[in-house]
Amino acid sequence: MAEENKSRAAEPEKEISRRAFFSKVGLGSIGLAAAGTMSFAYQYMSPNVLYEPSPVVNAGKVDKYSVDSVTLDPVAAIYLIRVQEGFFALTAICTHLGCMTAWKPELGMIACPCHGSHFNREGQKLAGPAPKPLPWLRTWVSEDGDIMVDRSTVVPAMQFLRI
Amino acid sequence: MASRLDLYIDKAMRSRVWRSVFRSGNGSSTLHRSLAIQQSLFLHILPTKVRRRMLGLDATWYLGTLTLGTFLVLVITGILLMFYYHPSVPQAYADMKDLRFVVSSGLFLRNLHRWSAHAMVLLAFAHMFRVFYRGAYRPPREFNWVIGVVLLLITLLLSYTGYLLPWDQLAFWAITVGSNISSAVPVVGAKVHFLMLGGNQVNANALLRFYVLHCVILPLAAILFVAVHFWRIRKDGGLYVKQSDPAVVQQASETPVPAEIPEPAGVPEMVMEKR
Repeated sequence: MAEENKSRAAEPEKEISRRAFFSKVGLGSIGLAAAGTMSFAYQYMSPNVLYEPSPVVNAGKVDKYSVDSVTLDPVAAIYLIRVQEGFFALTAICTHLGCMTAWKPELGMIACPCHGSHFNREGQKLAGPAPKPLPWLRTWVSEDGDIMVDRSTVVPAMQFLRI
Repeated sequence: MASRLDLYIDKAMRSRVWRSVFRSGNGSSTLHRSLAIQQSLFLHILPTKVRRRMLGLDATWYLGTLTLGTFLVLVITGILLMFYYHPSVPQAYADMKDLRFVVSSGLFLRNLHRWSAHAMVLLAFAHMFRVFYRGAYRPPREFNWVIGVVLLLITLLLSYTGYLLPWDQLAFWAITVGSNISSAVPVVGAKVHFLMLGGNQVNANALLRFYVLHCVILPLAAILFVAVHFWRIRKDGGLYVKQSDPAVVQQASETPVPAEIPEPAGVPEMVMEKR
């Protein structure tokens, strides 16, 4: 002990006692094991395969939709909207807390029943607690001539699908 | 008749089997009575001595005990409900309907579970208000207040996770909205949301996760924290005594057999301490 103190006094920076060394090794390995357990738990709890409906939705033929129409697909939770410039798709999921919105033709607005957010036909917020506009979803025409919507891909607003 | 029964009880309590289970024996000294509490796993978290006036309605309105009471009702009715409930889509909804309309006493048990859940949240808040306005959260009891806050959170999480299990429209949208709140957490919000639901939407994985949380993880956490909460009452010197309270202090005994112990009439079985 006395020797140890002496050597420590001689080189206070580099010298480390055996006890302190093993304490550090022990604590370090416990820390490592804890980090590994956390990572293991996180990976285990994150499912790798989801049995959820495909994000890609077939919205049918172009002729189904008249110009200046807003069509809600309540199962896919999307709006398909046809205007003069072409088609676009909006999510029907409110950006506030995830409720399903509805198109109100008499108001010309999209309204959320949960907390009263209102959006215009282009998805921009008009009123209510929603923090963001309704995102525009990627649309394209399939080889069979059907309109396809990818619910998992957001595109910038005002990108119309011209037919 | 009674004396013969007493004789048998006395004989049983002197037997080797009894003494091996209840090590403290059946003496009536203060030491024996203290040991009876201290040496039982279930009683040792309780104080060995209690001030008599703290057992009255005035002191606590029994709000903490009532909260525990509703919790016990919830555990028992919850286990019974588990015999008929499958946490799967769409079976969960049908099972809930069966519990209401088909299973004998199912309606009663389900409603008992539901009303007790509401009562538990209400009583937990009432208990906290009572503790707060009495000032009973102050040192040395401040850590027990913190444990109480953890217990409140566990209670609310139990309420929330149980809300999804009927798998009806109300449950689905409530959990959709509630889980989206977690997405608002900076940086990790989306991950927390994904982990909580086990997916991107409220679906079979979410139902199963909420079921496991509701029936296993959260109740175990609640039992652990309740045990610490009770044990801390003992360690913090019993229930908080307001100095302005009229001190009705008497010395008496805690044994559940008060007959042979000389004590003032009407004294409950727990010990009173001079204060």
